[in-house]
Amino acid sequence: MGESLLKVNDLKKHFPIEGGVLGRTLGHVKAVDGVSFAIEKGETLGLVGESGCGKSTTGRMLLRLIEPSAGRIVFAGKDMTKLAKSELRELRKDIQMIFQDPFASLNPRHTVGRIIEEPMIVHKLGGKKERKKRVRELLEVVGLSSYHAKRYPHQFSGGQRQRIGIARALAVKPKLIVADEPVSALDVSVQSQVLNLLQDLQEQFGLTFLFIAHDLSVVRHFSDRVGVMYLGRIVELGASKELYEDPKHPYTQALLSAVPVPDPNYQNEKIILSGDVPSPSNPPSGCTFHNRCPMAMDHCKTKVPELKELEDGRLTACHLY
Amino acid sequence: MTDPVLDVKGLKTYFFTDDGQVPAVDGIDFHVKEGEILGIVGESGCGKSVTSLSVMGLLPSPPGKVVDGKILYNGEDITYASESRMRQIRGNDIAMIFQEPMTSLNPVFTIGSQLIEAIRIHRKCSKKQARARAIDLLKLVGLPRADELVDEFPHQLSGGMRQRVMIAMAMACDPKVLIADEPTTALDVTIQAQILDLMLKLNRETKTAIIIITHDLGVVAQMCQRLVVMYAGKVVEEGTVKDIYNNPKHPYTKGLIQSVPDMREKKQRLYSIKGSVPKPGSIKKGCQFAPRCEYVMTDCLEQEPQLTGNEHLVRCLLYRE
Repeated sequence: MGESLLKVNDLKKHFPIEGGVLGRTLGHVKAVDGVSFAIEKGETLGLVGESGCGKSTTGRMLLRLIEPSAGRIVFAGKDMTKLAKSELRELRKDIQMIFQDPFASLNPRHTVGRIIEEPMIVHKLGGKKERKKRVRELLEVVGLSSYHAKRYPHQFSGGQRQRIGIARALAVKPKLIVADEPVSALDVSVQSQVLNLLQDLQEQFGLTFLFIAHDLSVVRHFSDRVGVMYLGRIVELGASKELYEDPKHPYTQALLSAVPVPDPNYQNEKIILSGDVPSPSNPPSGCTFHNRCPMAMDHCKTKVPELKELEDGRLTACHLY
Repeated sequence: MTDPVLDVKGLKTYFFTDDGQVPAVDGIDFHVKEGEILGIVGESGCGKSVTSLSVMGLLPSPPGKVVDGKILYNGEDITYASESRMRQIRGNDIAMIFQEPMTSLNPVFTIGSQLIEAIRIHRKCSKKQARARAIDLLKLVGLPRADELVDEFPHQLSGGMRQRVMIAMAMACDPKVLIADEPTTALDVTIQAQILDLMLKLNRETKTAIIIITHDLGVVAQMCQRLVVMYAGKVVEEGTVKDIYNNPKHPYTKGLIQSVPDMREKKQRLYSIKGSVPKPGSIKKGCQFAPRCEYVMTDCLEQEPQLTGNEHLVRCLLYRE
């Protein structure tokens, strides 16, 4: 086992629901409700789950773009949740983010060169000449050409824009990259180009990734370990090969069986879950999955299952085990 | 062999814009028989949605216009049918479900009144009968509490439930053909499984022919018998799903199938097609795919390939006689 680059312990985010004339807090949306994981240097941890399960909120809390309500985030030995603004800025240099929407995440009024240069200006890296040189290098690294620096984002296709977003994230030589649905807005043929690029960059620069996506096939392809989230909690976590081949939690089993496999000769027993994901403002008691679980038992309704280690490195939160 | 319910022959839909004419759909042929499920696959900008709008007579005109070809419904040419005739056909004979269940329902009317409206436009019946039919339809698509749901508003429903309502509305008058344009793209995996299961059930019970337009090769593999692959406004390959997946002929289809990550096993590296989808009309001569093709020959840049073959058709010079 290598050293952990990032350790997250019992991270929570409860958004208040305000209402009434006085704007009183009426309740809380438990977007993230006690998430713990660690990422080792050079590895990729995938986070999957359906919309509203809290995977994006978790990603954003790592950069403190959203302030956590409770819990600890330890990055490279420092507790991020206790840092002052100035120290936080210093640390943010090491954690960068790639966003989902390549159309909304680039400033349309700035040239591509300026967009990529921006993080270096913010973190006061190098002189003007060095920065320009680095921009040209970065464009080449992500498979664009250095003359693209003078153009504007609208002159690029979705896949190219996502490459620009990646170049911007790499500009400050980060250690950890939080990639929030980096390929879900892209076409199939372009998606594989971007995935291959991320893979190359990881090998080249020894990057560590937190890879957040809802597409289970993409996550399997890209991640060493995978965490499955449901209603603000991690229900299962393990090495991606083992987790996909032998899912333990009933939710993971249903989720995996529901993925349409691009092979007409493949027949699987689909577990079709009834109903929708419950609202995180009013989650079911006990195990939050019990009302959709095909294997629910009586005590699932009252007792919250702990995330326990089943076997070598496999964690599951379910009363069946 | 039965005659096809819907037969599209040489359809060309162009958009006339200030920058000149754009051939969004440039001569496509496909047909669907009773009880069959046909898939139309392609990336964004290949003309698959324009095709479905042309068939429904819902093309925004101007700037869009069907300039050539025939759309035959049960032998009747509906390409240039009058608006009043199209109104009879839409819903009664050919119905459509759209991608966005969030925006396809009117937010200020109850589910029931929208369903009743659809039923009463096409069927002579009292409000009471229409309401009873609406409740039956909601039950048919597997919605719980159907008799309460008719009086609720769209915002009270989740995305998956709204898509079920859209399907109920499309099925209101027992259409012979159902066109589903990216029916599950906006939905989560477990909800997608529910909706696909529902569509299969309706297809089996009512013998309605379904055309699924999608970019998801997994959905096609699980749902369809036959498949049409589109690229830049043209059909590049057509055949049974099994033939195409087991033995893809066109380099584009081959690339597309290989570039999708498979959940069942991890490939070291994904195949990727270089470049991105060209703007419609930007390639004037030769094969549309030639600039991205790895088997490109000199003839490809000059000569436009034709769709050849009997059951398994392909538009590529590699397969010319």
